[in-house]
Amino acid sequence: MLNNKSHNASKGSEVFPICLRTSNLENSSSLQTYLSIGGYQQIQRILKEKISPEKLIEEIKISGLRGRGGAGFPTGIKWSFIPNDSAGTKYIVCNSDEGEPGTFKDREIIKKNPHQLIEGMTIAAYIMGAQVGYNYIHGEIWEEYESFEKALAEAKKANFLGKSICGLGFDFELHAFHGYGAYICGEETALIESIEGKKGQPRFKPPFPATYGIYGRPTNVNNTETYATIPWIMQNGGESFANIGVENSGGTKIFSVSGHIERPGNYEIPMGMPFKTLLELSGGVWKGRKLKAVIPGGPSTPVLPAAEIMETTLDYDSLKNSGSSVGAGSLIVMDETTCMVSTLKRLSYFFYEESCGQCTPCREGTGWVYRVIKRIVDGKGKPEDIDLLLDVSKKISGRTICALGDAAAVPVLSFIKHFKDEFKYFIKNGKSMMDANS
Amino acid sequence: MLTETTRKKIDSELKKFPIDQKQSAIIAALQIIQTENGFLTDDLIALAADYLGMPKIAAMEVATFYNMFELKPAGKYKISVCTNISCALREADDIVCHLQKKLNINFNEVTKDSKFSLKESECMGACSGAPLMTINNHKMHEHLTPQKVDQILEELD
Repeated sequence: MLNNKSHNASKGSEVFPICLRTSNLENSSSLQTYLSIGGYQQIQRILKEKISPEKLIEEIKISGLRGRGGAGFPTGIKWSFIPNDSAGTKYIVCNSDEGEPGTFKDREIIKKNPHQLIEGMTIAAYIMGAQVGYNYIHGEIWEEYESFEKALAEAKKANFLGKSICGLGFDFELHAFHGYGAYICGEETALIESIEGKKGQPRFKPPFPATYGIYGRPTNVNNTETYATIPWIMQNGGESFANIGVENSGGTKIFSVSGHIERPGNYEIPMGMPFKTLLELSGGVWKGRKLKAVIPGGPSTPVLPAAEIMETTLDYDSLKNSGSSVGAGSLIVMDETTCMVSTLKRLSYFFYEESCGQCTPCREGTGWVYRVIKRIVDGKGKPEDIDLLLDVSKKISGRTICALGDAAAVPVLSFIKHFKDEFKYFIKNGKSMMDANS
Repeated sequence: MLTETTRKKIDSELKKFPIDQKQSAIIAALQIIQTENGFLTDDLIALAADYLGMPKIAAMEVATFYNMFELKPAGKYKISVCTNISCALREADDIVCHLQKKLNINFNEVTKDSKFSLKESECMGACSGAPLMTINNHKMHEHLTPQKVDQILEELD
């Protein structure tokens, strides 16, 4: 059990490492270090005591854990979708393909605490009756892909993976799989296509991966942080986890803080922490400047102006009430000098570049949006461009197979909603409001 | 024909998948081949497809879909700079300008001596280290300044 000091942290003013709990230890990623904090004891206890999957799922439901990749779907409910007793191979997939701009938490889990992720995936495999797992790792973080391969080899050698884990009769093979540069593969069915050796184009759903995933077999896909949380919940109980956070937002969440901030980095904090407190923890806005705006969960979540985010706590309900979302916890800070028009131009280019091209509204719409914003930034904007941007974005949203189309519309709609004057100024004057005095 | 070393590396990847699902190793196979050759040609892509028993067009689809693959000759050192939001906010533009001036090339170009090529990259998922770049896809350099870039390039032969 944790000491009291850690539990006091649940009052919401300090970091509370669960997924990153080995971070400050020497050789944090080694098997030895993980064993020293009680690692791999939960999977052994579960296998020895033959605890039923139903009971374990119940514990996860009590914990309030929700998918940490962005969708926030309750994990306990998701895991009950896969019939434990169906015959044939079933797969467990970890989505470490974090390409949402501003997201870098999975990288740190893999780098600093890979064995907790491995144990979490093994427990998940036991619960869902899966025999094989893949950790799909973003191609750009190559060194982490290689270090995860090493961690897998260590775990296999110690019999925490493979045939009859710890001699307790449960088999589970886990492999690392690398992407090679495609944001869309973070979408779970695109990721599955990619594991099958294809272009990462999302599948039409239903059928969902729970019944028709890799090679048409039942497959469960969750984010890295979600799996890495499981051993702690098994060790301390679902209620302890739920008590750390606030209602509807159980436990801790890693927020990746980047942009105009003094100390960019990952902060694993109790959910429900006021944004103000996290801003202080991460050293405040850089160069002593004022806060202008924050994207709380990556560009797929709406931007919030300073005045609004300063009144918000970091949990599912509070961010939703503010008109945004927790997303993947990719918190991007922008100071008072930031030109919102140019920033939107870069984000729109990203969605245009990464659209897989399968659905016409997204393929054509993202390019259209980018070209219109580009002409504004080039000083050739027309007064009707703002309405055009809103119109095209709204027509992409909800008309595509996957959520990339919706995501592409989010920054356009939210940037214009909160900073319309800047767009008008740019169109009228052919230059940024931020350059007004120069 | 693929070299024996290449085949061994691909074989090791194939162990991760069911025996009748060799296509699953295509991304890894193309990565291995590109790392050895610097970029992918139609012939190399066809060899990978043959080795995995899949249609050449399916391997070509993969090679053209994932943006870390190079289908044209790249420099001995391919420099990919992230210019997405978190890097842009921390002045990635200065790094890009510095590199373009220093190497006298734009994005998607190769220096005359074929030593360097330059690419603009999307988010690499390491934004606490912004601004950042990778060299030949697999080595990441973080917290860049123009001086640090100079140092890194000097150390490359």
